[in-house]
Amino acid sequence: MKDILDDLNKAFENKVRLGIMSALVVNKQVDFNTLKDLLSVTDGNLASHLKSLESKEYIEVYKLFVGRKPKTNYKATSSGKKAFRKHIKAIEQLLK
Amino acid sequence: MDKQKYIEDIKDIKDIMDRSTKFISLSGVSGIITGVLALIAVYIAYNIVYADQNYLVDRIAILSVEKLMLLFGIASVTIISSILLGLLFTSKKARKNNQKLWDSQAKRFYLSLAIPLCSGGILCIILLLKGYVGLVAPLTLIFYGLALVNGSHNTLSEIKSLGIIEIVLGLLSIYYIGYGLLFWAAGFGLMHIVYGTFMHFKYGS
Repeated sequence: MKDILDDLNKAFENKVRLGIMSALVVNKQVDFNTLKDLLSVTDGNLASHLKSLESKEYIEVYKLFVGRKPKTNYKATSSGKKAFRKHIKAIEQLLK
Repeated sequence: MDKQKYIEDIKDIKDIMDRSTKFISLSGVSGIITGVLALIAVYIAYNIVYADQNYLVDRIAILSVEKLMLLFGIASVTIISSILLGLLFTSKKARKNNQKLWDSQAKRFYLSLAIPLCSGGILCIILLLKGYVGLVAPLTLIFYGLALVNGSHNTLSEIKSLGIIEIVLGLLSIYYIGYGLLFWAAGFGLMHIVYGTFMHFKYGS
């Protein structure tokens, strides 16, 4: 039981962060507005959770311009994907 | 330890993975409506094709150019109204699912449908122009089935089995050539109604 609890990742305890990672592990990249629609959260809320995942290096940010409009894309890093998979496995163990 | 929270987490993860990769807002009602429209169209077409022909004795339909044009008209009206009604009900459902009718998942789905569908459509028009009318019914079914199987990766998984059924019906109707309209009624009419009803009850309206 103790090991399983160690595998649970505090970074993914929050619903928004969990949602961000879920979307990023199954898509090559997702832009800010799509994430916002997908999770039904406010700009500020989403931005702060993205920042915290970024600081842990679970996700990477790509900024680009589409015409004149700036667009921000997010990608899961390989360590982010690994950590997320570990977290899901731990949940599955707990629910067994 | 709060198990309920983790059960909900898993549900959220699945939901977001589905919504971010697949177009899950296909509406069952639009399937049913498309099916009914197809049945009506086939009924009208049947009466046009086999009017004044003793089809119980020999099943050869002789089609004049006027009749062909009329059939083409019926087919176009049916396809266009099916697509419009389908989009209407699907957009309603998309709003409920918090998805858009034209987001990246939907685009992926439409594109995967469109490639086999357009190739099949162009092939059928060429065959029609060359006079091979009988092959059109089976080929539309086959290509529609291929389109559904291809598109099923980007939408609800049931669509795959519907596609396979359409392909089988298409192949059968090549074997039993001359019964194309009946296979159309089964494939585009009956199967849409059956699947539409099933999806409506499984996923809600």
